[in-house]
Amino acid sequence: MNKPLRKVSIFCLVLIAALMVRANWVQVVKADDYANNSHNKRAVYADYSHPRGDFLVENRPITGSIETDSKKYEYQRTYTDGAMYAPVTGYKSQFFGASLLESIDDSILSGDDNRLFVRRVIDVITGKERRGGNVALTLNSKAQQAAFQQLTSQNKTGAVVAIDPATGKILTMVSTPSFDPNKLSVNDSKAQDQAWKALNGDPTKPMDNRAIRTTYAPGSTFKLVTAAAALASGKYSPDAATQFDSPMRYPSSTKELTDSAGAERCKNATLKVALELSCNTVFAGIGADLGDDAVKKQAEAFGFNDFGAYDFQKPAEDTKNNLDVPSRVTASKFPSNKTDVGATMRASIGQQSVAATPMQMAMVASAIANNGKLMQPYLVDSLKAQNLETIEQTQPKELKQPVTPEVAGQLRDMMKGVVEEGTCKTAQIPGVEVGGKTGTAQRGVNNSDRPYAWFVSYAKAGDKMVAVAVVIEDQDADVERNDISGCKSAAPTAVAVMRAVLGK
Amino acid sequence: MSNTTITPQSAPNRRNTELMMLGFAVLVPVLAYANIGLAGDGRLPAGLVKYGLGLGLLAFGAHLVVRKFAPHADPLLLPLATFLNGIGLVLIYRIGLEPTRGQPKAIQTAPTQLMWSALGILLFLGIVVFLRDHRLLQRYTYTAMALSLVLLVLPIPFPAVNGAKIWISLGPLSFQPGEFTKIIITVFFAGYLMVKRDALALASRKVMGVYLPRGRDLGPIVVAWLLSLLILVFERDLGTSLLFFGVFVVMLYIATERTSWLLFGLALSATGAALVGSIEPHVKSRVHAWLDPLYYYDLPKPSLTDSDQLAQALFGYGSGGILGTGLNQGYPGEIGFAANSDFILTSVGEELGLTGMMAIFMVYALLIERGLRTALAARDPFGKLLAAGLSVAFALQVFVVAGGVTGLIPLTGMTMPFLAQGGSSVITNWALVAILIVISHTARRPAPPTVAGEVSAIQNSRGGRRRRAESPVFDQPLDPADADELAGPTPVHGSPLDITPGAGTPDPGLSGAGAGSPASESGRSGDVPSPPSAPPDALTVPGGVPGVPPRPAAPPGAPPSADPMGPRGHSQ
Repeated sequence: MNKPLRKVSIFCLVLIAALMVRANWVQVVKADDYANNSHNKRAVYADYSHPRGDFLVENRPITGSIETDSKKYEYQRTYTDGAMYAPVTGYKSQFFGASLLESIDDSILSGDDNRLFVRRVIDVITGKERRGGNVALTLNSKAQQAAFQQLTSQNKTGAVVAIDPATGKILTMVSTPSFDPNKLSVNDSKAQDQAWKALNGDPTKPMDNRAIRTTYAPGSTFKLVTAAAALASGKYSPDAATQFDSPMRYPSSTKELTDSAGAERCKNATLKVALELSCNTVFAGIGADLGDDAVKKQAEAFGFNDFGAYDFQKPAEDTKNNLDVPSRVTASKFPSNKTDVGATMRASIGQQSVAATPMQMAMVASAIANNGKLMQPYLVDSLKAQNLETIEQTQPKELKQPVTPEVAGQLRDMMKGVVEEGTCKTAQIPGVEVGGKTGTAQRGVNNSDRPYAWFVSYAKAGDKMVAVAVVIEDQDADVERNDISGCKSAAPTAVAVMRAVLGK
Repeated sequence: MSNTTITPQSAPNRRNTELMMLGFAVLVPVLAYANIGLAGDGRLPAGLVKYGLGLGLLAFGAHLVVRKFAPHADPLLLPLATFLNGIGLVLIYRIGLEPTRGQPKAIQTAPTQLMWSALGILLFLGIVVFLRDHRLLQRYTYTAMALSLVLLVLPIPFPAVNGAKIWISLGPLSFQPGEFTKIIITVFFAGYLMVKRDALALASRKVMGVYLPRGRDLGPIVVAWLLSLLILVFERDLGTSLLFFGVFVVMLYIATERTSWLLFGLALSATGAALVGSIEPHVKSRVHAWLDPLYYYDLPKPSLTDSDQLAQALFGYGSGGILGTGLNQGYPGEIGFAANSDFILTSVGEELGLTGMMAIFMVYALLIERGLRTALAARDPFGKLLAAGLSVAFALQVFVVAGGVTGLIPLTGMTMPFLAQGGSSVITNWALVAILIVISHTARRPAPPTVAGEVSAIQNSRGGRRRRAESPVFDQPLDPADADELAGPTPVHGSPLDITPGAGTPDPGLSGAGAGSPASESGRSGDVPSPPSAPPDALTVPGGVPGVPPRPAAPPGAPPSADPMGPRGHSQ
């Protein structure tokens, strides 16, 4: 019986060997796949086993990491002024993942980043607790606060984006109503689940990031783009009278386009006056005159259509064209209206299907303020190690040149005119060069919905500059549906931000 | 083969080796236990000394008993089992520190398991002390059959637990009779096959180079197959079913040396598995999980039989990687229920990493191989079959469980021997090791320094075995099994190489009938060490099997061997 016994012994060893090979397969070859599977909560627990790094605004942390008594989630993310910074930081939840910068810079914040490897090893050797790296933001805390206060004190739904035109640094990014990300990082699955459901079911959509991920009809603020196209064409100059009738009839239609500033003032008005008074007829006429392609080309030069997919959630076909700040910005769009002159006319005054994010309109103002150069907007100034040593510094980068310096100068003059003599004199700041453009985008069938109020502006004082875009969805009911609402509802916020940035 | 190992006076009985190895087997789990406390709250866990002393004393007690009653037993069996049991306790303690998924709070089951382990070791001691010769079990061949049948059908009226009807509950206690059946049915198989192996091996037709069994000889294997199918259908216990059938087929193969039985068994089990796998929803979902472990997450509406346990186990291995997270630093609770029983290996993989897994597999491999070594060394066919059957049952169980929880084969729901939580399991496995110890003691026991006939001297040298020696069981020739090993290439009757184990008993296995006959007594002459001048024996006895004394050549003119395998010849 010994012969078969020996064979059976070998068979048993083969069984064990098979187990060993299998163990190597699952623990070495497939280990990373399994360890990083989204259903593997262990990765999440590991993430929470040490303090997370912080976001810094002007070198002060706006987040924290506190110890809990849970064994699985040993640390809990905390946010100071969470709602104010939520459109920038996003949330970091034990159960619902992370969003925005919390997600994008996760490897730095968690400390997993390879650039933090040496520091991690040193910490292990010296017996220090592991800690994540930090992310320094470009935000201006006073401007951020001013914008947030302006919107929330009146329960407004809207967004503010302010950019430093010279560098592209994003100084303000506010979206209201906002949410407190602490609710999604509290170490209590039930409370979090409730908060998650409440936030997602809230009709005011507090989790929407309106600054970069909601597109609005830009309304009259788009006239800046049309004006740029007009000046760039060489056919128009700021102070030459135009030849457009007011009110103006759409081709092959009985409908008329009117001017709220009055037909007499807009008829044959100069480009500068037309912008100051926000004459629809002049800019619609220019659109029809230059043609759809010319206006579209100018819009695309500022960034419309140029960046990524229209839906940020869908992967862009060509990812190099995404606008990431580094949170992805939803594309603004200017659709073609080649066969329909009436549509081009409406698009030229920011109606039709033109859609822009507040970020996009801030970029328009930014390029104009920066002599036509559009800088890549960015939120992360630098990535810092645990000891605040900088490991990566973001360098300002020129994105493109939508207009020549000459045209940019003319546009600035015209925008100054809006504030000094035009639709929004209240936006003046003593001792500061301020240029702006109001907008009221009409919505709904026969304009039945409340319009959006826009104010796009720039300000300069000494060597400081700022470009701001403000959009507000729900202006007061008593405000008339004209350009004044943009000035009345949105401009004060822009002014507050500009003052905060410039220190005036 | 060195003859020094069989000289009684100089034979090292390896008990000191055993003691030293036991030291390690106790020390490693105690250190692991300390590690858990230090990794948790930075302090040594309460009761470290108590636990260490408890395990140490149990192990030391077991050692003393083995030293006294089975001094020639394999020195590794006890330390290996102690090590696995100790590590198992530590893992169960560690898993009990935290609530598992779906559990409101942590339930510490380590003290219960420690109690069961102590009971298991007590049973071990009982077997080593009272079962002085494993051949005693042979008497109960058919009792064992009846008992195992009863134990197998017993759980059917009881409600299913987690889909399988393998539990019987009596008040607060519940048992898994299938675990005990593992040993009892192996006893039956060994006894039965010893008797029937001639018939099963001899009569066959050769078809395409393979000897096919006769139709009527197929009976037993078909019955075993049907039985295991019934277990599967009525108790939904794929593991037990597979185990019993596998053990039967392997033992059949060992007993008859017919490869055809293996092929036949393989075909039958494949048919059975395919049949049940396609009907039984419980088994079906496990096959599904095996083919695609992450399938659960793609299900829009998982049914009750669907589970992501295997996926969670794989995540655990992946997170553990090569070195593991360290004890008490992983998340074994993610596995959900059975984290400390069927899935206990996952905690090893996660917290001790691939390193720990390989070590544990190595220990299992050693234990299995020591068991098979015991089978090789055993001098009687019953002992050979029993030791082999138990070792193979152990090996199959390790493979089926570990293979299941690593996704190598479909999950079957059995417990990891010694490691897993479960009283029935730990008690059974200690009993299994005890029987192996008894067999290995008998096998490695130095042969008495007497020649045939000096029975009293033999008995005296064994100390108090006289009474037992008179029992019918011992009256059979000690070693017909080795006869086939010793059978020389020349099948000439009466040749010096032809062994005559018994005096003309046609079936050595049935020789119990010849109680006290002088012929069978003379069969004991097989214990006599071969004189150095018997080179043919030395050549035919497989080398490297320690403690197997070569048999002397049979007296010329003795009746031919009844062992049909003798004439087939074994040239090693």
